[in-house]
Amino acid sequence: MVISKKPLHFILVAMLAFLPLVTIANTTNDPTTVEDHKTAKTEANSNPEEHAEPLDQKSKIKEFINHHLLDSHSFNFNANEETKEHYGVALPVILWDNGIQIFSSSKFHDGEEVAESNGNFYVLHHEKIYKTDASGKLNEEHGHPTNVRPIDFSITKSVIGILLVAILMFVLFTSLAKSYSKNGGISKGIGRIFEPLVLYIRDEIAIPNIGEKGYKKYMSYLLTVFFFIFFLNILGLAPFGFNITGNITITLSLALLTYLITTVTANKNYWSHMLWMPGVPVVLKPVLAIIELLGTIIKPFSLMIRLYANMMAGHVVLMSIIGLMFIFKSWLGSSLSFVLAFSLSILEILVAFLQAYIFTMLTSLYFGAGNEEHHHEEAH
Amino acid sequence: MQIPEIVGAGLIVIGAGLGIGKIGGSAMDAIARQPEASGKIQTAMIIAAALIEGIGFAALFAK
Repeated sequence: MVISKKPLHFILVAMLAFLPLVTIANTTNDPTTVEDHKTAKTEANSNPEEHAEPLDQKSKIKEFINHHLLDSHSFNFNANEETKEHYGVALPVILWDNGIQIFSSSKFHDGEEVAESNGNFYVLHHEKIYKTDASGKLNEEHGHPTNVRPIDFSITKSVIGILLVAILMFVLFTSLAKSYSKNGGISKGIGRIFEPLVLYIRDEIAIPNIGEKGYKKYMSYLLTVFFFIFFLNILGLAPFGFNITGNITITLSLALLTYLITTVTANKNYWSHMLWMPGVPVVLKPVLAIIELLGTIIKPFSLMIRLYANMMAGHVVLMSIIGLMFIFKSWLGSSLSFVLAFSLSILEILVAFLQAYIFTMLTSLYFGAGNEEHHHEEAH
Repeated sequence: MQIPEIVGAGLIVIGAGLGIGKIGGSAMDAIARQPEASGKIQTAMIIAAALIEGIGFAALFAK
């Protein structure tokens, strides 16, 4: 009997797509997770006022989603609600507070205790580190703590994700380049997947938008930014719950890079058309200059918001639908949310690609605008 | 969060949805007329849709 390969492929893909559900809907006792700080929980339980006691299911889910969207100082896989135990890996905390302070995030016990380092005391509140005294009390004003915040250089969960993707990209593309030189310019193995993507970015994005002449110097940035965003988006859908491109600081730095490269590499025509537009009455020229200058800032700003909002909205919707399972607690609601989450996960893979594509596309459009030759001489 | 803000955000999202729908429909028409230019039309469609989508998200997050 011959078994067709197609059903097997489908089952494999379906299993991969279900992986995020497995991590989110984990049972409380997962034997495979690393049990790191199981022992030091006794003191934390002694003061019950600090934790608003039994929340209803809805606000619990809300809190979980909010927690997922934030960056984290420790890498938690799971938590036990009754005993307040967290299973995960502690990450290093690096602070600049009159000299460098390095300690492990396990000292915070997931925001429940005061961490001490060289005589300074720090407390973790909504994933932000504040300086306090030994009692760990925060002075609140309008619901926001007014304590001093030291400059935080910690290796957080997002930083781990970025490093992971950076190493992956470095290894992948250097080995790819080597295989090309070994194979006489013919792609092999994983290169057969990435060669069409690289060529697509060159032939469909860079050359039409920047032009045959000057596209080459931008290719390295365009390819880097495309694969970086693409891999980070895919990593956000994978288990372990990274939410990196749904973090506005990351998209801000990416958009800032685009803005800097556009501004630095722009030619004379770009600046003359921006600051002293030819062919319009002199009265209008300063007005247009202001609008054009504003436009240069709005462009990277919209780049930043678009990527951030798309990825964050995707995460929120997906997790809310999975959270419906815990609200309905019936086979009908659960199967409905299961089907919805499954189809949305597949849609999110498309969005992950599309957002990387749009970011690269618009970036190359801006580069192209900065490098346009003065070809309409007779018009003005 | 107050009721007028929610209504405003909803109105903007409706507008953005209509806009993206219009872009998609026009792109379909254009591809049906000139199938050989479908690549270029798709690119332009995605850019325009992305620009409108940005407004929709801005409304959702500003509420």
